[in-house]
Parts: sequence; C-alpha cells; structure tokens
Amino acid sequence: MSVVLGPPRLVDVTPGGEEMRRRGRRRALVRSAIVAVCLLYLTVVLLGPLVGIFLSAFREGLPKIGETLTSPDVRHAFFLTFEITIVTLLVTTTFGAVTAWVLVRHRFVGRRILNALVELPLAMSPVTVGLACVLLFGRGGWFEPWFTARGIQVIFALPSMILVTIFICIPFVIRSVAPVLDELGTEEEDAARTLGASTLQTLFRVILPNIRWGLFYGIALTTARSIGEIGAVLIVSGMLKGQTETATIYVLTAFEERMDAEGYIVALTLAAISIVMLLVIEISKRRKIKEVMG
Amino acid sequence: MASAAQTVQHRRVLPAPTVTRLRHWTLRGAAITYLVTMIVVPVAAIVTKGFAAGLDTFQEAMASPGAWEAISLTLVASALAAIINAIFGTMLAYILVRYRFRGRGLLSAVVDLPFAIPTLVTGVMLVAIYGPNTPIGKAFGTVGIPLMFSQIAILLALCVVTLPFVVRTVQPVLLELDTAEEEAAQVLGASAWKTFRAVVMPAIRPAIAAGALLAFARGLGEFGSIVFVSGNIEGRTKTAPYFIFQLTNQFKPDQAAAVATLLFAISFGLVLVTSRLVRTERKEAKS
Amino acid sequence: MTTNAAIRVQNLTKRFGSFVAVDDISFDAAEGKITALLGPSGSGKSTVLRMIAGLETPTNGRIWIEDDETTFKSVQERRVGFVFQHYALFRHMTVAQNVAFGLAVRKQSKADQARRVDELLDLVQLSPFADRFPDQLSGGQRQRVALARALAPRPQVLLLDEPFGALDARVRQDLRHWLDGLHRELGVTSLFVTHDQDEALELAHEVVVMHEGRIEQMGSPTQIYNEPQTAFVAGFIGSPNVLQGRVAAGHVLVGAHRLPGADHLEEGAAARAFVRPHDVRLAEPDPEAAAAVEARVDRVSTLGWLSRVMLRLDDGQTIVAEIPSDELIDLTEGTTVAVDLRRAKAFEAEPVGAPAE
Repeated sequence: MSVVLGPPRLVDVTPGGEEMRRRGRRRALVRSAIVAVCLLYLTVVLLGPLVGIFLSAFREGLPKIGETLTSPDVRHAFFLTFEITIVTLLVTTTFGAVTAWVLVRHRFVGRRILNALVELPLAMSPVTVGLACVLLFGRGGWFEPWFTARGIQVIFALPSMILVTIFICIPFVIRSVAPVLDELGTEEEDAARTLGASTLQTLFRVILPNIRWGLFYGIALTTARSIGEIGAVLIVSGMLKGQTETATIYVLTAFEERMDAEGYIVALTLAAISIVMLLVIEISKRRKIKEVMG
Repeated sequence: MASAAQTVQHRRVLPAPTVTRLRHWTLRGAAITYLVTMIVVPVAAIVTKGFAAGLDTFQEAMASPGAWEAISLTLVASALAAIINAIFGTMLAYILVRYRFRGRGLLSAVVDLPFAIPTLVTGVMLVAIYGPNTPIGKAFGTVGIPLMFSQIAILLALCVVTLPFVVRTVQPVLLELDTAEEEAAQVLGASAWKTFRAVVMPAIRPAIAAGALLAFARGLGEFGSIVFVSGNIEGRTKTAPYFIFQLTNQFKPDQAAAVATLLFAISFGLVLVTSRLVRTERKEAKS
Repeated sequence: MTTNAAIRVQNLTKRFGSFVAVDDISFDAAEGKITALLGPSGSGKSTVLRMIAGLETPTNGRIWIEDDETTFKSVQERRVGFVFQHYALFRHMTVAQNVAFGLAVRKQSKADQARRVDELLDLVQLSPFADRFPDQLSGGQRQRVALARALAPRPQVLLLDEPFGALDARVRQDLRHWLDGLHRELGVTSLFVTHDQDEALELAHEVVVMHEGRIEQMGSPTQIYNEPQTAFVAGFIGSPNVLQGRVAAGHVLVGAHRLPGADHLEEGAAARAFVRPHDVRLAEPDPEAAAAVEARVDRVSTLGWLSRVMLRLDDGQTIVAEIPSDELIDLTEGTTVAVDLRRAKAFEAEPVGAPAE
C-alpha cells in the first residue's frame, strides 16, 4: 500500500502542542466536573428545597397567602418574634460590644475563662437552653419564688422567651467585634486623646466608625438567629395559642393541626426574611473582613 | 497660656488616673456580670441538676424506651453528616477560592444560607420537596426508600444545617496558602491531583478536621429541622435533643438534665478543642 | 518655679510589674528648642515620652509642662501634640478631616477649622491631598499629615515618638531636613525619641542619652559626641572601636600601645578604650613617636571617597580606621603602619557576665 502525501496542511507545529491542548482540555473538564458535583450537592440540600417551599406556599394561590398573612394569629406571631428580636438585639449588642472591649483591651485574671464562656452557648442544644430556663424559673426553680412573690410571670410568658433567645445569641456580636477591635489597636485612640477628644468623642468619632462592619455582621447574625429560634422558645412558651406563639412556633403548630397551607406560607415568609438578612450578612461580612485585614 | 489648662483643671474632681481606673472596673464589672448571669447561671442549673442524684437519674433516663437508640442515632447521624460535609465542604471551599466563574459571589452567599434560615424552615423545605406527597418522594417511595420521616431525613437535615462549617474553616486557610509551593511541585513534575494531595491537603487537613468537629458538635444539638422531618418515631427516628424535649415535657426535668449534661459535655469539649486548633492554625499562618 | 524649661521631668519612674522601664529620670526640655531622647530599644525613652503626653501614668515622679504640673492631668488636658511612629492617622477620615480633628473636638467653627487646615496643609506642602484618604498616601506623606494634625490645635509642646522609624532611609533623610526647617519657622518646643544617633545629633539642640531606663548623659550634640562621660555613651555614639586593656599609671595598656586618659580609673583594673574609626591616625612606621605603635594592615576597602582599613594590633585585637581615600598612603595587606590612638576615651571594663553592647 502506498501512502499518498497530499499538499502540506498548515498546522500548529509547536512540539508537544497537541499534548498540551489535550491536557488543558482535560483540566477544564475536571474543573467543570468538580463545579458540577458541588452544584448538584447544593441543589439537593438547599436549592431544591427552596423551590419546594416556594411552590408549596403558592399552591393555593395568592389570595390564600394574603388571608394567612393578615390573620390575627399570624400577625401576633410575627409581632411576638419582632418583640423578642428587638430586645435581644438591644441587650446583646450593647453588652456584647462592652464585653468584646473588655476581652480585647483589658488584661486580668480569668480573662481566658471569660473568653471560653462566650463560646458556650454555641455548644448547647436549644432544648438544653429551654430546659435550663425551666430549671431556673419553672415550678421549684431557683428563681421562681422571687418572681412569683412579685407576681411576675416568667415561664410560659414573654420574659423567658426573651431570656433564652439572648442566651443563644450572646456569642455573635462579641465574636465579630473582638477581632476587629483587636486589629484596630490603640494608636488611633491615643492620637485622638492627645488631640483633646474626650472618651465619648473618641468612642463615636474614632472607635465606632472603625468597627461598624464587625458590629453589623454580629447584629445581622443575631437577628437571623433570633427570628429562627424554635427549640428553646418552644419549651418555655407553653405554646399558648395567640399568646406565646412566635412565628416559628406558629409554623410548627400549623402543621400539627393539618393547616399545611398556612404553615408553608408563614415558613416561606420566614425564609424570605432570612434571605434578606443573608444579604445584609454577606455585605457586612465582606466589609468586616476588610476591617480585620486592616 | 496657662488659663485654658487651669479652667479645665477646676472641672475635674478626681485625678485622671483614678477616673480611668473607675471606668475600667465599671466596664469589666458589666462584662463579667453579663456573662456570669446570662451564661454561668443557666449552665450551672443544668449541670447541678444533672449531677444532683448522681448516676441513678441518668440510668433512669436511659431506661426510657428508645433512649439508647436516640443517643446512638444522634451520634452516628451527626458523624455521617460531618463527614459528608467535610468532603463537599472542602470541594466548595476549593472552588470558591481557586476558581473564577460567574456567580461565585452568589455561591458563597448560598453556602451561608443555613446560618440565616430558621432550622424549622429548613425542615419544612425538605418535606416540601422530598415529602411522601411530592413527585420525588413518591418516586423514592416506590423503590422502598422513604426520604422523609426516616433516618435518611435526619441525615439530610443535618447535612443542610451543618453545610457552612467546613467551608468556613477551610476557606481562610486556602486563601492564605501561597501558590508558590504548588507551582514548585508542578515544575518538579507532579500532576494536579498529586500536587493537591502532597501540598494542599496537609495544609488544610487541620482546618477540615476543625470544621468537621464543629459540624459534629452542631449536629448533636440540632432540634428545629429534625423535629419536623424525622417523625420522632421512638427507637427509629427519635434523636437525643428530642428525647430531652420529651423528658422536659413529661415533667422529668432531672432526667432531662442528666441527658442534657452528657450531650453538652461532648459538644462543649469539641468546641473548646476546635477553638484551640483554629487559634494555633491562625498563629502559625501569621508567622 | 521660673525656668526656661518648657517641659520639666523630675524623678520619673515607671514600673511594669517587677520590670523597671524608667528609673528616676530628671531632665528639662528648653523652651523653643528641639530635645532628643536617644537610646537603643528598651531604654525606656518611648515610655518617658508617653508619660509626658499622659498616655502612661508614672509610678513615681512629677511632670511640668510650661510651668504647670501635669502629673495627674488627663491626656486631653495637657494640650500636647503627639506624632506616632506609625502615623496613627484616622483611616476612615480624609486628610483634611484628620488635620481638623483636634479643632473639631474643641467645637471650633467650621470656618475656623477650614482656615487652619488650609494653613497647615500649606505648611506641610500637602494641599492637593486634602480629600485623599491615608491609605492613598506614601509613608512620608502620612507622617507629614500626622505632623499637621498634631500642630493644628496649637499645642504647647510637640512630642514625636520615633517619627521617621517606619520610613526608608532616603525618605527619612528628606523628612529630617524638612522637620529642621519647619522647626526654625515655627519654634515649637519639641521633644523627640529616636534610636538613630545621626538624627539626634543633627536635629537636636540638646541630647539626652538613655540606657536601660536611666539617663547616661545630657548635653549638646557636640558634647555628647566629643566628651562621652560613660562607657555606654562612648560605645553607642559614633560606632567606635572597642579595645580591651589594663590600666597602668594613668594609661590603658592595649598590647604595646599606651593610651592616655585613664587617670580616673583604678590602677591595674581591666579597662576599655573607645576610639572612633576616623580618630585612628595612620602614618609611616616611626619608632620615635610615643603612643604610636605599629599595627598590621589586614584589609583595605575603598567605598568611594572613604576608605576603611582593618588593622590588627600586636596583641591580636582588631580595629577599623576610616580615612579619606585620597589620603591613603601606600597601604596593602600585610604592610605595617604606625597607628596613633591618642584620641581614645578610656572607661572601666564591662562587668563580667554582661551581654555585649
């Protein structure tokens, strides 16, 4: 057999060029495969379920949604969640900022223990938190007699629900402000003082502007967590309908009472609120990282 | 020139160092009071109640139906979820740091979603798409695999809830990693996979471990999603947190406290260990 | 107390636990002059400066600024200008806002603030940068902003903590000259801390040398340079050669060399002789001359106009001589020269077990 040689074709004559292109293609394929696997996993665990809840909430149409969201039970549930969240924010932000300051700037015996204490709520199951509240304020609890004597209802009422939510949210502001404060250092403060700024002036003009993203990040996390709390709040609430039902408890009881549509609708609303919070979280996280990097 | 200084002098009663010291102690006092009243007191309540009657209470609690199954189920499911998320979490961290593609920021936000969404809503979402009345749920049902109200449901819920942990611990380590080492390996002839195994893995292994341990600790205490998707079937899909919930509702707070103390001890120990791991990692990376 | 002292410090002491950072320091900083606190790191000089500013509280001692006792006053009340080594500019404020800060906290009118800011930015030649942020400026520019900021509220005194320490050599030189010119123009009493002796000797009217929390010597730059009163000062200033020897009849015996100036030392004791490289006189070997003994040339390095000659004395010790290259007599390795060490300063030997300087 004779081989017929045609006219020479113009081909890339780089030695090994063919091999390099093949390897490049393989690498690109591997990359796409990895990304695909990750996307698949995320679809299974997150994106799919999001679609699911969206569809389920809209199954009975818009009017049902309007009806549910304006019903007194739902409105009261959201209002209660809102109340709890506001108080939690106020307490954990102010005391959290002060605690972060003390932990970063002060040196004293027991500081390391205090630091470990801050991590504690993250390690506790919410049911345990609820149980602790019962042990303290329930019948026969440590503090129960004091409050009963003054006619203050703690357990099965708003105060206990606030307390457990505060407990659970304590670490967030502290852990997000502390590293930013640490990186900031004391030089700008010292400079401000030499220029005549009082403590308050230094706080508002120098320190707060520099830690604001750390603060916002902590606040955003606290808000999301506080809105979403179920375990602890369920135990201490007593589930008195229309009185101690938060938005999350409402969802639970709605499904228990076979009011699936209402359950899905309120759940979707909560998901939507969380996604908005997520945006705030992401933005402040990115700015906060810049603050920590200096 | 001296007048300005003197006017200010008259305003102050105490010398400056004393004022500073007072302020220090007020702040310190506030912080300590905050942490002690809000954290130490509740924890003390649990632990003292848990240990009050000693091991007897614990044994009593564990004699309840489905108690041991609940504990072992919780441990196993959390461990499995941690391992699964260790694998996928590392992959996600890698592509988020090293790859450039459209929607990378969005992906990063999606990974953080479980931190923002109420756990109960996570459970609702899972039932909404995998429940027995859904096309997917029915399809799996015909093959005999119940997706929801089963142990699979628990595993799935835990995977969702603990997703961000490993990603978040691995990402910063990968970011700080100098690509020069990997480039050196490639110049010496190592393939991409070998480079990853020899250069990148050793560096991120502690971060993966820390993230997995945190995920595990988190999974142990998970309630909101599991109470919804598991069905809470005694001996089959009842978890330790639900068990504690049950005992509390049955007005057996001492038994509940005993089990809760055990669970808490494991979780807190893990959190402390990983905190130290993460801190030493960061110190080493800085040096 | 009527003095010429803008800053007076008496028996100032600072202890951190058991560590004594500043030990019984007393000195004056003259009105309208530049005083330098010079010393190696750890000598306590920054601590002294911070105590004067009020950023640290003294364990003991008293401080006066412009004849007012300020020992217990707060930082804000002292009206000092402070320039930090790492600038400490407010990163979230513009240059103009930084400079205006001292005026803004004193609630001056916006118009007054603007006027003063313009004045100062003009002074430090950074007017076009008024709306920039610190991270958009170079190190030298940042330090000039820091200076403008410190001067804006018309402080009584200006304190500078290693102001050029974070800058590279060329910028440091430029800023040094510029600060000199600025001081001539403004005449603000200035006290600055540095470990760079060139800086101290060039800029200051008065130098206070500190070491391990204590004052070693105070005086004009010429006095410090030419008449060191302690071994530390002799060794710290001018990078001298240090020769070990023994005292004999008012001289220090270093091998065959007899160096004068040891009258204040104990007969027979071990001693150190400090001689600066450019104080080492070389000549053709001449057996007649006293105090000039022979040494062997080990190496000659020519660095442009300056040459360094490494010499070995008969007892094995080595010294470095610096001479202008055009005065280099025919020197090659191995040749012998006559070395004149008359300008050496003698001090007691180092205590046994002390770390080398």
